[in-house]
Amino acid sequence: MKFFFHLGQYFLVMQQVFKRPDKFRIFHQQAVKEVQLLGLESLGIVSIISVFMGAVVTIQMAFNIDSPLIPLYTIGFATRQSVVLEFSPTIISLILAGKVGSRIASEIGTMRVTEQIDALEIMGVNTANFLILPKIAAAIFINPILITLSMVLAIFGGWAIGTLTHLVTSHDFIYGIQSFYRSYDIVYAEIKTVVFAFLITSISGYYGYITKGGAQDVGTASTKAVVQSSIFIILFNLILTQLLLND
Amino acid sequence: MIEVQNLTKRFDGKEVLKNISATFRKGMTNLIIGQSGSGKTVLLKCIIGLYAIDEGKVIFDERCFGDMSLKEQKNLRKEFGMLFQGGALFDSMTVEENVMFPLTMNTDMTYDEKLERVNFCLKRVDLEGTNKLLPSQLSGGMIKRTAIARAISLNPQYLFCDEPNSGLDPKTTNVIDKLIREITKEYNMTTIINTHDMNSVMEIGDTVAFIYKGELWWTGDNTNILSSDNEELNDFVFATKLTRKLRS
Repeated sequence: MKFFFHLGQYFLVMQQVFKRPDKFRIFHQQAVKEVQLLGLESLGIVSIISVFMGAVVTIQMAFNIDSPLIPLYTIGFATRQSVVLEFSPTIISLILAGKVGSRIASEIGTMRVTEQIDALEIMGVNTANFLILPKIAAAIFINPILITLSMVLAIFGGWAIGTLTHLVTSHDFIYGIQSFYRSYDIVYAEIKTVVFAFLITSISGYYGYITKGGAQDVGTASTKAVVQSSIFIILFNLILTQLLLND
Repeated sequence: MIEVQNLTKRFDGKEVLKNISATFRKGMTNLIIGQSGSGKTVLLKCIIGLYAIDEGKVIFDERCFGDMSLKEQKNLRKEFGMLFQGGALFDSMTVEENVMFPLTMNTDMTYDEKLERVNFCLKRVDLEGTNKLLPSQLSGGMIKRTAIARAISLNPQYLFCDEPNSGLDPKTTNVIDKLIREITKEYNMTTIINTHDMNSVMEIGDTVAFIYKGELWWTGDNTNILSSDNEELNDFVFATKLTRKLRS
């Protein structure tokens, strides 16, 4: 029952969120600020995780391909496929759900418990729209860029570890990552990224927006935002994969 | 003038405000007093429309809030100024940006016009030169004064103050009380103040409404509150050693 209560309330909040902003200039300023806060400030963690993730994937591929019948370029090919199809869009989105989601929920939740949202309402501002829509717009814009960067860095990480440890030659790895290329794989990954960006920001925004009480409740809202965002990312990952990759 | 007619508010079926009727007059500081948990803040939030009321009416100069469309309610709110208990300043914005915010959202003024208005409001509350400070760099009294500057930036017809003196020392309390009273007279606003500070009641209580367990228990002003024979009111008014001493 609680799930349906929250689902209904979530859609009611989203109804307010997706209304025409009161002032487009302010909305634009807010969105640019959010691109900085939610996106650019995540560059560091995304870069580090991507490089190491790509490296680990390459090592695992190399150790699992021990048959002489399988060409070595398969390591590059498999690394690229794993990174593009799953690791970058899903794992990095899960990381962002933790970093960005908790930030959004605690920021909006604190504004709620310190009556800043009430103050905005008194000024005639559509608070859900003012607070949540710029974050959604910013994430939908910046996350695909972050994920694309993650793909590049992960493949670079794989190439670097593969060649440095002589698991694969640079030529084989590069040949592998160029083999059997389908541009649709990138489209699929970017579609997932956009959906996950929406889920992270809207769910976290919702939990922050409905916060009641004090500091402890802000903490609870923040935790719920991360947990629910992560669950829905996993769920939608399955749904989208089924829809987009099922020929 | 604001008229509250037979206002009832329930939370989860429990009546928090019971059939309250009161009139708050223009150009006066109208005080709502009562113990913590008596329903003062809920009443104020019902009046300004932050809580939907279950029964009754709130009428702003012959305009019934409940009968208005959402757009009309939004426009009416532009005539409101609100001072929240903790100030509710936007902590990511400077003092200047806080005071400018209502002007940015609700007017088409140029930046220079807005800045001029901001400086005027800050001067009015004796906060000249604090434009670039963040709320975290302000004292309790300065936060309240910035919140007052923000509340009056749009030249409101109605000013609402929720416990404006909570957490302040007696001297700063007097400064804030005096400021609210001066602004009320100056702009001929209808001001409603929630408080449990008896000093404020005696200083600026042009009209006083005493709320007890969600009901309007007594109405009067600062000239007759000390001589009332209402038992619950007297319990509240003479609750401190100081006021009991003054009475004897």
